[in-house]
Amino acid sequence: MNILRKKAWSPYWVGAAIGVLETAAMLTAKKPLGITSAFEDTAAIMAEKLLPKAMDVEEYTRKRGDAPKIDWEVGLVGGVLAGSLLSARLSGESKPPAVQKIWREEVGPSRALRFAAAFAGGALMMFGARMAKGCTSGHGISGTMQFAASSWLFDPIIFASGAAVSRALFKVKK
Amino acid sequence: MKLESIGRILLGMGTGAVFGFLLHKGRATEHEAISGQLLAKDASVVKIMTTASAVGALGVRVLEEFGLAEAKIKPLNVGGVLLGGTLFGAGMAVLGYCPGTNMAALGSGHRDAAVGAAGMFAGALAFVKAFPYIKPWIEKGNLGKRTMPELTKTSPWLWVAGISAATAALAAFLEDRDS
Repeated sequence: MNILRKKAWSPYWVGAAIGVLETAAMLTAKKPLGITSAFEDTAAIMAEKLLPKAMDVEEYTRKRGDAPKIDWEVGLVGGVLAGSLLSARLSGESKPPAVQKIWREEVGPSRALRFAAAFAGGALMMFGARMAKGCTSGHGISGTMQFAASSWLFDPIIFASGAAVSRALFKVKK
Repeated sequence: MKLESIGRILLGMGTGAVFGFLLHKGRATEHEAISGQLLAKDASVVKIMTTASAVGALGVRVLEEFGLAEAKIKPLNVGGVLLGGTLFGAGMAVLGYCPGTNMAALGSGHRDAAVGAAGMFAGALAFVKAFPYIKPWIEKGNLGKRTMPELTKTSPWLWVAGISAATAALAAFLEDRDS
């Protein structure tokens, strides 16, 4: 069986390959992997084009100290989408359900509720990532592997906060 | 607005495509992965993150030793990391994906990840608007771009050895427990 068509690889091999990819990124782009700064920069650029006054982009840019950019990281985010699409196609996956199993069983089958939660969760997560200047990629892997003190503080905090909210949401009994 | 060269943007896309491919093959695109990890029912996210960090630590350490790359360290803003990390964890638990896996889940056809991506963009817009006001909180307790080897006055190689050993020990424990 062609390995690229397999539905799942061992998480250890996937992790090791991501470690090699991080090394390649540092060598070729001089940057480690990260997702959320591309969102901040794209949002700032869109705000500047569409609603510069209401969004006060001038003040944002002045306080930030440099101009937002369309760069390597924006390409990276687009690539992640394409790579996953390719993997799903190769392994012949059928279209996933709108509401995934764990949510359907523990919270409920409502699509509207699931989508509202996804929107709110995504917004909160992104706001937090930009406050901390990184996410599970930028801090969780890229910062952790460079032994950045900020990342070694970020990692336990997100898992503690996430576990507390998950337990409440999915009503897990001890 | 600054625009980088097309070559660099394409390099980013290529790198991202490999990343997305791997996240999907690691099943990190499934809601069960992040939620399962937070509920301590499925350890695949931690397996991926620790192995990636250990292998990347060695790779990047070697590059730095040969002068082929420079460290990219995020500043230790105690306020920003504490507040931001708490919000991040809560949002991730509700969304069921982290930023990278949300984009990969969108690629593999998860509709809730499309809504999640819209939410992420809205969150980024809100951050741009709020930034001038919350900048003092974010930068509260700014200790600079610190690393653990620096703070403990130890060799980074010791940390490379340590993270490798810790990753191997964790893997052995998890495989033993789950077998």
